[in-house]
Amino acid sequence: MHSLILATATRLLLPLMLMFSIFLLIRGHNEPGGGFVGGLVAGAGFTLYAAAYGVSQASNMLRIDPKRLIGAGLLVAVSSALLSLFLGLPLMTGLWYKEPLPVIGKVGTPMLFDVGVYLVVIGVTVTITFSLFEAEGE
Amino acid sequence: MLTAVLSGFGGAIAAPWLHRFAPRYAGWIAALLPLALMIYFISLVPAVAGGEALRFSYAWVPSLGINLSFRIDGLSLLFALLITGIGALVLIYAGGYLANDPMLGRMLMLLLIFMAAMLGIVISDNLISMFVFWELTTISSYMLIGYKHEYEKARKAALQSLLVTGIGGLTLLAGVVLLGQVTGTLEISDMLTRGEVVRAHPLYSAILALVLVGAFTKSAQFPFHFWLPNAMEAPTPVSSYLHSATMVKAGVFLLARLNPVLGGTEVWQLSLTAFGGATMIVGSFLAVQQTDLKRILAYTTVSALGTLVFLIGIGTDEALKAAMVFTLSHALYKGALFQVAGSVDHETGTRDITHLGGLRAAMPITAAAGMLAAISMAGLPPLFGFIAKEVQYKATLKEPILIGVALVTNMLTVVAAGLASLRVFFGQPAHTPKHAHEAPLSMWLGPVVLALAGLGAGLLSAQVGNALIGPATSSVIGKAKEIELLLWSGIEGAAGQALALSVVTLVVGVGLYQARSIFGRIAAAAAPLAPWGAEGWYQRIVDGMLALAAWQTRMLQNGYLRFYIGLIITTTLVLTTFMLIVGRVAITVPADWADVRIYELMVALIILAATTFVIRATSRLAAVVGLGFVGYGTALVFLLFSGPDLAITQFAVETLVAILFVLVVYRLPRFGNLSTTGARVRSAALAIAGGALMTLLTLVALASPTESRVSEFLAENSAPRAFGRNVVNVILVDFRGFDTMGEITVLGVAAIGIYALLKLVLAPEHDEHKAAEAPSGDGVPRERAETIDV
Repeated sequence: MHSLILATATRLLLPLMLMFSIFLLIRGHNEPGGGFVGGLVAGAGFTLYAAAYGVSQASNMLRIDPKRLIGAGLLVAVSSALLSLFLGLPLMTGLWYKEPLPVIGKVGTPMLFDVGVYLVVIGVTVTITFSLFEAEGE
Repeated sequence: MLTAVLSGFGGAIAAPWLHRFAPRYAGWIAALLPLALMIYFISLVPAVAGGEALRFSYAWVPSLGINLSFRIDGLSLLFALLITGIGALVLIYAGGYLANDPMLGRMLMLLLIFMAAMLGIVISDNLISMFVFWELTTISSYMLIGYKHEYEKARKAALQSLLVTGIGGLTLLAGVVLLGQVTGTLEISDMLTRGEVVRAHPLYSAILALVLVGAFTKSAQFPFHFWLPNAMEAPTPVSSYLHSATMVKAGVFLLARLNPVLGGTEVWQLSLTAFGGATMIVGSFLAVQQTDLKRILAYTTVSALGTLVFLIGIGTDEALKAAMVFTLSHALYKGALFQVAGSVDHETGTRDITHLGGLRAAMPITAAAGMLAAISMAGLPPLFGFIAKEVQYKATLKEPILIGVALVTNMLTVVAAGLASLRVFFGQPAHTPKHAHEAPLSMWLGPVVLALAGLGAGLLSAQVGNALIGPATSSVIGKAKEIELLLWSGIEGAAGQALALSVVTLVVGVGLYQARSIFGRIAAAAAPLAPWGAEGWYQRIVDGMLALAAWQTRMLQNGYLRFYIGLIITTTLVLTTFMLIVGRVAITVPADWADVRIYELMVALIILAATTFVIRATSRLAAVVGLGFVGYGTALVFLLFSGPDLAITQFAVETLVAILFVLVVYRLPRFGNLSTTGARVRSAALAIAGGALMTLLTLVALASPTESRVSEFLAENSAPRAFGRNVVNVILVDFRGFDTMGEITVLGVAAIGIYALLKLVLAPEHDEHKAAEAPSGDGVPRERAETIDV
């Protein structure tokens, strides 16, 4: 079910959606947004791409197995929680870098945790939709 | 200390890469980590032998009294040295044993995870963190037994060990929680001073039973012993490490650790000596009936674990000392013998002792190490095993029945030691599937080092006694105690009696070895009884559970989505209504309709109209579009009532659901109206009742007092303490970060489940024929992927 309109629109939309998802992720701590929504938007972007160009092309573009994104995200989240232990603070104590960075703002372990959530959500969404697409392809 | 424990997990992550970049030396390089840890622990020996206990504490969930605290006393140090020392040798061994296996990286990773977890168990000072490590060893053991997952037998054995030890883990958790309630602390070091309180408490017997089930399942005590011999499906490095030297001793370790808290009572002594004694005899008796080299060793391990429980049960200072001595001596000789068995299997292609013989010429180094270890196992001087047996006999001298149990077990152990060494290395060379030759350095290093350590410990027994056994015994007893460990302690009094028993053991043992054919006949005669053994019961229970699960699945999960929804709504309706009536909940209907804005009304109307449209829709696509309107309308409501985060998420979810639906809509059968009018009326009634209930609940929520200090606290502290102005997000990633952690884990598991289901249903039949060839061995072919393997 190749559609020229969808394919053309997707090429324009995907970068926008990915940028928007990262924007949501970064601003999440202070404004509406966050890793979960950001992940959903990015996941929807990749799903759209798969709908327009097929799963094999979408997988090529993603480069990494989405199941690995789930693992990577969990690893990032767990490590962000463990960091504070090494400083003698209780598990998951938020650690913040003193100076805000340009554009991103203040950086700290809760932020890193949110990145973990973001990766997991992308991984989960893409794993499910890609498997469904493949199921449909047969 | 935290670094010492966590470095194993870090190393585990690095292991696959290590294997990719240096496949030939991966085992050697990975072994550097445990080696470094061992050196670190050795550096602590002088302090601990001087009576100090080193304590390190890291707050984890301080509000629940759960800390990541570590304490190193004599007992922990003895185990930590075994874990890291044997761990280093096993990693080297695994590098050689699985040299051509592309999955070696995974093996090294799992072994390192296990090592770190096991280390965590023995040095934890908090029962909850110890429990976490305890479960981690269970999981890593599961994956290691199932390492050759192409084989059904390996999967079955892995699942069996997981179920048996997993159930034990759950009861242990209950015991731990009760212990925490009774003593008011979860720190083991605090608990040790409150033994009197626990033993006098009415819950004592419950705690004891729960902890004992946990320890007995882990340490394969009768009647839970059957999983350990089956776990021999694991590659030999795993058997040598987890299933002889370390993990199975975790249960014993727990009993030793809690001895000052729970021990000393009559019921403790009785249950430990009874179960330990039964395990000793059953294990050693089954061991001599086997023909598979690894199973012989596995059953003697069962018997040895029984001995340890038995000795802790006797509970005298002498017996506890004997338990510590035997822990060390058993780990050394059994670790070596397993690796020897693995080398023999690897080089000859068989582990069946009836097909082996005379290998000393072909494998001189392995044979020498094997013989030395077997001599220690049989308890001959000057090896450490001899001392272990002497102190064991001294500990049993008071009671004739205890002597009898120990005597029978040790005689049979002599036979098993003969079967595992003499039978293999002497006699006529047998024709083996592979032409036998010496194993590579990586595979004889481990057995040689361990066997020589057994010899060295025997010769330097006084020093070993002072540095390791003494401090360990003191921690088990609960107070400092000087001990003396001598290779030759004379022939007067208790020492003489023990020596006499040793001589009897050896003479009868050798006699039984000569007459070993009778054991084969006994095994053949007892074969029809097998279904009524412990494993038969295990199988019956598992089958029963599966049948129950199948029955309830047929009842509740009949595949009709409408049935599920109906069931969920009905259950909610009945239970909630019941509570509303019983609780006499007040409901206030808001009187003031004036502040309803016009756009709020419009959103409500859109949702209503869309709902009506969905109900009347005659195509699926139209219904989905209608549902999308309902969803977006709800999101608008969230937006209007200042829940922008909820709104964004709802928008995203709605969009994804629509995409997902489009993906599956073509796979569905044609839309048709199959329900009778009666069914439609019933559905409508249920739907209206469900909606009414939700409205009612909203009104109830409105009527209840709104001053919730939680949200106030969160709102006030969000910006100043968590540096975020978006309270919702701060709650998700900071205040309630633990919850989120759980949620994303569930999400990940769910995704993998969905992936597996889709692949499983769609996997074409011919996939089975190209199932990967297993690395080595002679297993069964992979059976159909759909069957549940139990």
